[in-house]
Amino acid sequence: MNANLAPTLPETRTSGADLELRGITKRFAEFVAVKDLDLLVPSGTFFALLGPSGCGKSTTLRMIAGLEAPSEGSISIGGEDVTSLPSHKRPVNTVFQSYALFPHMSVLENVAFGLKRKKDPEAMAKAQAGLEMVELAHLANRKPAQLSGGQQQRVALARALVNRPQVLLLDEPLGALDMKLRRQMQLELKTIQTEVGLTFIHVTHDQEEAMTMADTVAVMNEGRIEQMGPPRELYELPRTAFVANFLGKSNLMRGEVTGKRAGLLEVDVAGHSVLLPEDRAVQTSGQVVVGVRPEKITIDRTSSGAAHNELSGTVIDVSFTGTTTEYLVDVPGIGRIGTFSQNRGQQPAAVGDTVYLYWEADYSFGLAGDERMDAGVEQ
Amino acid sequence: MKLGRWFVPVVGGLAFVYLLVPIVYIFVFSFNDAGRTNLEWRGFTWDNWANPCGAPAVCESLANSLQVGIVATLIATALGTCIALGLVRYKFRFRKLTDVLIILPLATPEVVLGASLLAQFLNLGWELGYWTIVIAHTVFCMSFVIVTVRARVSSLDPRLEEAAADLYASPRLAFWKVTFPLLLPGIVAAALLSFAMSFDDFIITNFNSGNFQTFPKFIYVSATRGIPAQANMIGSAMFIVALLVVIIGQIISYRKKKQLEKV
Amino acid sequence: MTQTISKSGLSDLRSKDEIRAERRKGRTGIYLVAPGLLVLALFFALPVVVLLAMSLYVKPPGAEIGEFVPGFEIGNYMTVLSAYWPELLRSFWFALIATVLALLIGFPMAYLVAVRLREKPLLQGILLVLLIAPFFSSFILRTQAWKQILADEGFIAQALKFVAILPADGHLTATPFAVVAGLTYNFLPFMVLPIYANLGRLDTRLLEAAGDLYASPMNSFFRITLPMSAPGIFAGTLLTFIPAAGDYVNSALLGNNRNTTMIGQVIDSRFFKVIDYPGAAALSFVLMVSILVLVTIYIRRFGTKELM
Repeated sequence: MNANLAPTLPETRTSGADLELRGITKRFAEFVAVKDLDLLVPSGTFFALLGPSGCGKSTTLRMIAGLEAPSEGSISIGGEDVTSLPSHKRPVNTVFQSYALFPHMSVLENVAFGLKRKKDPEAMAKAQAGLEMVELAHLANRKPAQLSGGQQQRVALARALVNRPQVLLLDEPLGALDMKLRRQMQLELKTIQTEVGLTFIHVTHDQEEAMTMADTVAVMNEGRIEQMGPPRELYELPRTAFVANFLGKSNLMRGEVTGKRAGLLEVDVAGHSVLLPEDRAVQTSGQVVVGVRPEKITIDRTSSGAAHNELSGTVIDVSFTGTTTEYLVDVPGIGRIGTFSQNRGQQPAAVGDTVYLYWEADYSFGLAGDERMDAGVEQ
Repeated sequence: MKLGRWFVPVVGGLAFVYLLVPIVYIFVFSFNDAGRTNLEWRGFTWDNWANPCGAPAVCESLANSLQVGIVATLIATALGTCIALGLVRYKFRFRKLTDVLIILPLATPEVVLGASLLAQFLNLGWELGYWTIVIAHTVFCMSFVIVTVRARVSSLDPRLEEAAADLYASPRLAFWKVTFPLLLPGIVAAALLSFAMSFDDFIITNFNSGNFQTFPKFIYVSATRGIPAQANMIGSAMFIVALLVVIIGQIISYRKKKQLEKV
Repeated sequence: MTQTISKSGLSDLRSKDEIRAERRKGRTGIYLVAPGLLVLALFFALPVVVLLAMSLYVKPPGAEIGEFVPGFEIGNYMTVLSAYWPELLRSFWFALIATVLALLIGFPMAYLVAVRLREKPLLQGILLVLLIAPFFSSFILRTQAWKQILADEGFIAQALKFVAILPADGHLTATPFAVVAGLTYNFLPFMVLPIYANLGRLDTRLLEAAGDLYASPMNSFFRITLPMSAPGIFAGTLLTFIPAAGDYVNSALLGNNRNTTMIGQVIDSRFFKVIDYPGAAALSFVLMVSILVLVTIYIRRFGTKELM
């Protein structure tokens, strides 16, 4: 375990009701879903919990909502301990994955449900306003079954938002929508969050969704947070093989640190010399895993002449995607390296060609030597 | 398939005729100017419809049956719905045994149910009558209610209750605002089924009623002497009322479906 | 890193039932279930035990009619079985024929309503109403109506005699034929409705796919339609066979001679006419056990979980 990689968060933008989880563990009869989780989400943040299905992210969300009780640890919202507070007394609302709209109530009644429970005298007016915000005021008297998936999603969102919860939980709310609608809703959600300034906690397994929407992304795996930070930071400097592979694609190579100079580590990877900034490495001696993102690599038919960070191999697969051409290159002693080049009229390399792959030392990142290289690779 | 093309409608159609022949017969003979025995056609009359209580004991037995049916249905529906909710929603230690206790009455012929209850009542020294019938009907209706309502509870999305809790509804409120309204159609269906079965039951009733007369019992007993035409009239009237209820229900659900499709 | 929680893959994929079972423990469940179970225990389970006990009662010497004392007379079973085994067998035999007939008649009905008329909701609705119509008219009135329709002086008997299918001195009522026809008739809806419910969910595109894969209509019927409606057929046969085997209204009204007596009639008359409680109880118990054995074998052999 990489002790020095405790989750860090960007500076708090607004003060107020933060969400804090301390030492949360959730055990079910025969397995541990969440393991000793610490998390601080400052108020006003759009926070994404990203991970594959079964990583414990939904369980975490359910514990925040009060639908599941943690086995250990405490949860506080705005400094107030809510661990033992039942769901209906927490200042939290959820947009469920399946929307969970009440089928026997009209759209308006659905949206007004929470306000009425809180005995809000203006429940109906506020619900109507909520529907206007999601541009569904004209469908107020319909039943949920009469709405399209995208419309149901908006109703679910309005139903949660009208209560002005201190924290809004979104449990893969876009999972059931088609690609186009999904992009549109991502933008809308982001806009709404900026407008209302609430804390959003968004659970998703879609890394692209997490990166486009969230201020802060926490990557979860097997009940733990592997790494947390702004999307760009996570992408450019992954700290575990899981993050490197799950968030975008990475080429990982195992090697041995042979020397240090001027803030750079020199790593021997199957006879090739690879340079890596020392401050981009999790581990600075012994066996390490060196990684580089595919788009950082230049593919060329002639050598760059540099002594470091250059590999050569045989093209084994070429696929044309329109804007780019993707290559899979077999490098002796290392394995397959993926990269691509923009299509700017050059003659693409063909299968069987010998090519050179090189990149700038600053783009390399270093992981612990005992990492599983295929951790987090999507099947 | 040429054979299949006509086979299904012809056989199916004939089967429907088979199903409806006695019902039509009962209806036609409710207009028979029968006198004492309604065995052969003696001429058309409105008398039976104008004066349904004309024959002795017909209306008393009908009132008895309605009363037993309503009381037994209410008890069976209430108890059965509670069991269905409890079984689906809660953990139990003797679940297997409970399941057997619920399913077994459905797999037991009426004559055995009736006989065993009779043995029980004889043993307890209870006098047979109104309450023994109500108990007997409650028992066999309850299993049907449990099975019907349980299916409904199981198909209910548990996330709806979670959503209610998330929206500040206490467990009690979540039940009455969300769960119960969604279960209601199933409960009503179960209650109607119960009533129909109780109202039409003969075998179990015959074992446990003593001198208490129900409508089916009245018909069975008078079958040997000839059933008064008023019984046909009452049977037909019940049939028409029930049919109207079902048809109205069908029209409403058909309209709803159409409305949904339009959007 | 962490290989310790290999099963965590389940955490987000738990089924509805698991979530439910997880959340609800405690007293409320007991309170919900207890009253109803108490009723079932007192007025179903206990009576069966009492019935069993009563079947072993003995008649003390010099007792009045209907007077018995608790005992352990297994001989009661021998006595009634040796006297009434033909009625017992006949009950099962009649119930079996009625079940098979109801299936043969009921399947096309269910298929007609559920599949053929799928595109015609109005006609489908009308036939569905007619299908449940018998439930609303009295069972005994209908049986009595059959008796009168099939009577010697009735139109059907006269017509059959005219074309010499029925001998001039023959009867339709008071025959095994009439009893089986009555049983088939009365329990037909119990066969049709479960099959209808099952066929209603049949995706007709499967039949098109089968046709596309060179299956003849006959082939797709036996390979697709029939297997897919198996749970409905299974439920329907049970719902027909069990009540038919214990019925005695049909045999009493439509049969009522020595060739048609069913076991229910015997039990009824042992109880109420002969006042032989132990004998009646023994017969009831034998009937219950034999049906349970038959049903268990049937469930083991053909059963699906969907029934429960």
